[in-house]
Amino acid sequence: MSFPWAQAYEPKAPLMKWLDQRLPLPRLVWNSVGGGYEVPRNLNYMWNFAVLAGFALMLQIVTGIVLAMHYAPAGDLAFESVEHIMRDVNQGWLLRYAHANGASFFFIVTYLHIFRGLYYGSYKAPRELVWMLGLVIFLLMMATAFMGYVLPWGQMSFWGAKVITSLFGAIPLVGEPIQAWLLGGFAPDQPALNRFFSLHYLLPFVIAGVVILHIWALHIPGSNNPTGVDIKSPQDTVPFHPYYTAKDGFGLGVFLILFCATLFFAPNYLGHADNYIPANPLSTPAHIVPEWYFWPFYAILRAFTVDFILPAKLWGVVAMFASILLLFFLPWLDTSPVRSGSYRPRFRQFFWILILDVLILGWVGGLPAEEPYVMISQIATMYYFAHFLIILPLLSKLERTLPLPNSIAESVLHGEKRESVPYGVQAKPAE
Amino acid sequence: MATVEHTDGTAEAAPPTGGEGHRRRDFINVAAVSFAGVGGLAVLYPLINQMNPSADVLALSSTEVDISRIQPGQAIKTIFRKQPVFIRNLTPAEIQQANSVPVGDLRDPQTLAERTRDGKANWLITMAVCTHLGCVPLGAAEGENRGEYGGYFCPCHGSHYDTAARIRKGPAPKNLEVPEFEFLSDTVVKIG
Ligand code: FES
Repeated sequence: MSFPWAQAYEPKAPLMKWLDQRLPLPRLVWNSVGGGYEVPRNLNYMWNFAVLAGFALMLQIVTGIVLAMHYAPAGDLAFESVEHIMRDVNQGWLLRYAHANGASFFFIVTYLHIFRGLYYGSYKAPRELVWMLGLVIFLLMMATAFMGYVLPWGQMSFWGAKVITSLFGAIPLVGEPIQAWLLGGFAPDQPALNRFFSLHYLLPFVIAGVVILHIWALHIPGSNNPTGVDIKSPQDTVPFHPYYTAKDGFGLGVFLILFCATLFFAPNYLGHADNYIPANPLSTPAHIVPEWYFWPFYAILRAFTVDFILPAKLWGVVAMFASILLLFFLPWLDTSPVRSGSYRPRFRQFFWILILDVLILGWVGGLPAEEPYVMISQIATMYYFAHFLIILPLLSKLERTLPLPNSIAESVLHGEKRESVPYGVQAKPAE
Repeated sequence: MATVEHTDGTAEAAPPTGGEGHRRRDFINVAAVSFAGVGGLAVLYPLINQMNPSADVLALSSTEVDISRIQPGQAIKTIFRKQPVFIRNLTPAEIQQANSVPVGDLRDPQTLAERTRDGKANWLITMAVCTHLGCVPLGAAEGENRGEYGGYFCPCHGSHYDTAARIRKGPAPKNLEVPEFEFLSDTVVKIG
């Protein structure tokens, strides 16, 4: 689970020795995120986002637990109890805004973390399971965030719940029973609100469990790095603590500045005004949108407007789920042996086009379903699937990659120019 | 390891495969595991089924509505089983418009007559739940957008329904659903 040159855990204080022989918890921490975990020495700031996502998860759990002390998951009380938190509970406004914006920031850092993995090929062997567990976490996050957004029982809560649970109604034959089973009725109401609260409280702890598996699976091969080259010798690594605890600490400071700026100066910027209107089953808001972090997927959902063998509605649902499930197959769609996008000039261009494509999807996903936005979402959806199903497999066959550095240490110490040796060929001795 | 005791006190290992003892043990294994499996499934059932609509939600509710005040061309929204319902009094022109469409051209082919009661073709009663993802379409209240076909328009993803509330354009797969209803008199309709 570690490199042979990693510093072993050696308790000095008698109490720690005593503990180590009975419950070696400090040893586990030391080996996972302490001096005992050797990490490539060349990680850049894109590697900060894992720790930031972990921090955001803790933030959500802590603020969520205290909010649950004041919230009532009952149809006629839910909206009022949220207002009660905002107006009457001591610092309730702070806690609720921190929780609401915390969700947004959790998604921001998670998306950056995912894109980091996509660019540097962190999903490739031997880290396929790390990637797949990460996707599981992402799916759980989406479910948690969706159910959390329903809890204030405002107009967007209600109609968001209605629209999303109707997705399941699109499944042939079993769709409607499934929808009724999810909601405990024919429309979102008391039973739905209650169970969403129960699950919204549960899932973050499930996420925390999967995070542990994610880290465990990561620590078998160790972290990837910007060159994508494997760790070969002690010169390639530094201990996680103090080197990366310090770097992550700095990143956390920057994150907290941005988070607090939003929290104190624009707490409603990322939300939707309609959610301050109590839920009304008789009137649909003029423009239903989910929270911003779902917009790309919402755009894919709405991109299908023509029946083709199956009804358009079902296509939209299938495509939306497929857009994420597809990523589970990514390690086998991209077969290039070179991990890092830095050494794949063509891949790099398509990577940035993909980012642009996802941003466009996000942009149209937040807009009303009108022309030309429907057309734009259709093209962008097509490109999204083409990127993973056509472009990536072809690229990995056709692309001429750049020469890789011999080792992480060499790329750090001599700069990039010096190691222009084709992949797999021994370097000449340095002059 | 299973052994067979001999009367003279020496022990002899049982044959590794076959033999009476092993088959009995296999049987016990299979039986125990299947019994536990069935038990586990039986425990799962109430855990899953509790999420289905409960008895009070399912209890068939019906709504009686007085329709005497709805003028031709007007529509109202009411509630049935916690979901909104449209009751619309069609004008002769709207009926004409609905009947002039060739049924074969429709996504969900149905005639206006199939969606209304004999002799009361002007009373169009449908769920106000878009068959796409469940929004309440516009078009009941005065001045609301009725879409390109003069019926209802769902703003969520742009589904257009015609004057018989049939889907004509947009992502919704089906016509607006017609609930069970009957006329108790000329002015009172019972839904459900
Ligand atoms: S819910 Fe009506 S068009 Fe989507």
